[in-house]
Amino acid sequence: MSLRIRRNPRLERIRRNRLHPEYTALMAATVPAIGPTGLRRINPHQTGFVMVQGRKRLNRLNPGGVGFATSSQPGQAQAKEKPLHSVTDPRGYVAVVMDLPGGRLSSHDRDVLGLAQQLAQAKDDPHAVLAIALGDVRETDLGGAGADRVIQLSQLHTEPLTGYCPELKLSILTEIEKHYQPAYWLFPDSIDGGADLGSRWAVQQHERAAVQAWQVNKENTVCRGGSQLTDWHRPTPRVLLLAPECAAPVEEYRYEALPLELTPPEPISATIEDRGPVSVDPSQIALSEAEFILAAGNGVRNWDQFHQVATVLGATEGASRVAVDDGYMPRHRQVGASGTWVSARVYLAVGISGAIQHLQGIGQCETVIAVNLDAGCDMVRRADLTVIADSEAVFAELLNLMTERQTGVSHQSDTADEGEARHVA
Amino acid sequence: MLPESLSKAVAGQPLKIAALVSVGQHPLSRRERQADQDSRAVELALSLSPQLPSLIHVGSAQNNALRAYLGMGLNSLTVLNADPDADAVPALADYLRDQPLDIVLTGVRAECGEGSGLLPYAVASQLGWPMVPRIVSVVSIADGHADVWQALPRGQRRALRVPLPFVASVDPAADPARQSAFGPAQRGNIDFRPCAAEPDQARADWEQHPAKPRPKRLAVAKGGTAAERMKAATAKPQGQGGQVMTEGTDREKAEAILARLVAEGVVR
Repeated sequence: MSLRIRRNPRLERIRRNRLHPEYTALMAATVPAIGPTGLRRINPHQTGFVMVQGRKRLNRLNPGGVGFATSSQPGQAQAKEKPLHSVTDPRGYVAVVMDLPGGRLSSHDRDVLGLAQQLAQAKDDPHAVLAIALGDVRETDLGGAGADRVIQLSQLHTEPLTGYCPELKLSILTEIEKHYQPAYWLFPDSIDGGADLGSRWAVQQHERAAVQAWQVNKENTVCRGGSQLTDWHRPTPRVLLLAPECAAPVEEYRYEALPLELTPPEPISATIEDRGPVSVDPSQIALSEAEFILAAGNGVRNWDQFHQVATVLGATEGASRVAVDDGYMPRHRQVGASGTWVSARVYLAVGISGAIQHLQGIGQCETVIAVNLDAGCDMVRRADLTVIADSEAVFAELLNLMTERQTGVSHQSDTADEGEARHVA
Repeated sequence: MLPESLSKAVAGQPLKIAALVSVGQHPLSRRERQADQDSRAVELALSLSPQLPSLIHVGSAQNNALRAYLGMGLNSLTVLNADPDADAVPALADYLRDQPLDIVLTGVRAECGEGSGLLPYAVASQLGWPMVPRIVSVVSIADGHADVWQALPRGQRRALRVPLPFVASVDPAADPARQSAFGPAQRGNIDFRPCAAEPDQARADWEQHPAKPRPKRLAVAKGGTAAERMKAATAKPQGQGGQVMTEGTDREKAEAILARLVAEGVVR
């Protein structure tokens, strides 16, 4: 009959010990209380556990104090599916013509789709975002990027849409315009084709497009003017060419991405003929826009070999300040704060210790591979893959490996002998 | 110096080329200057034909920055006189339609004003000519067709074949313009022509402001526990260090490098 709260030392002991076999069952049995307002309430007296010394311990991994069994499973929170946003009977469309460089959504495409969703939500009656993919599509999750409806064409009357074919693409857009009359036409203002196609479409539609638009709502648009020095405030037009980061990509929902039917337009004869990509000499590519750079520093001694490796790998040559000052490389090949700020996807640094000025210059590089003798230098901390070795030996093996790739013959034993002979000599 | 293929192609009848030039703006001092991309277009035009290209500008004839184009070795410049807020497209299209031209070159975007880059498309559309964006060079001209190279991202190039006459915009990756000489620039003749350019109605109610700095996008960690969000917000973006290979023969190390290069797709 007494109201005295009795402690259960056994349960306390189990609650303290996460490795106890009954721990999960005990913690899962604790039901969260729902308060009068409908919010889940946490009883602070029940969170955490009291150590034997009487000191209370909180488990930060367990925010609610309950359901420990579920939250302790890593990756389960990510697997939780976002709610589905569906537009059942759209009264209109917001068309987005995506770039899809390499068949995948670029971050620019995602920004434009995010803005398209914002514009569709701002409409009074339900509008659907119509994502138009012309060419090969390798992206599987268009719904996750914000597409309510999708029109995808990889070819038009056996003409592939992969190369440069703005006239064919325009004829498809004309057909879409005829059937769906989108409220807006959004293009990414990018060098990957969006700016070109959008400009052509705006001129064909006799619309004064907003170019380099970076702030868009239903009524007004702000566009960057020439040399990025002015902003133009104007009413939002029907055709928009959007700057990168014009809006945040969608996050909270996933979207249906239902395919829409489109009867292919009449075949047309294109005036501009695509004769395919030109093989470019990597040494002619400007350092700032090169994709793959092989850079040499103070650790490189055999410069003929370095040039040979760059040619064989198809890399653009770069150099650190020391190599340039010593006269081994021209000044326009210098990477770093006083040279060129590069944006290469892959940067192979050989014999470069990584002065801070150099590391600034390669700040935008995605993958850095370093070859160095000093395992403690700054470049090793920056690099994704570091090889601690003499550059000359690694270069020789790289040349052998590339010859093997091209001819399919192994030279491993020859080089081993050659290497020993050199050491002996 | 003309490429050999071009010299042959144009031996009978020299190519007639026009370059559309605008007044540029220095990005820091904001002084008027010759526009960089338009200068490259003039340079490309000079390299294509033994006959001097014609330069065309829509605007006011009193502009001194225009004389810098004449300093590149040209004798005259045609100015279609129009108000600063006039629509240049119909005036240009009317003028170009009467000229016997093969190629019209211009920059990709103007350095001041709206700078939308739509003008070459609009002019080409009014003339009914094809428009080729971002070319870097004209490789050869034969049978009434031109083979041009177009600039792509990452220094790549694409070959296109386009029938004459056509309009093309010249990419900043094209050859830089030669230096402008002061004497010829002062001696050159500016041919002033009146033209009936209408005011640009579409732009009448737009407002121009100095560019506002754009906010930088921050990577905000969402979801997870408070501890995880705190960790994501305070963690250093780099300094983790990658894989370090100290052991192994030189060949194994070279293989590791090559495997990474192949995985990244830069070595085929």
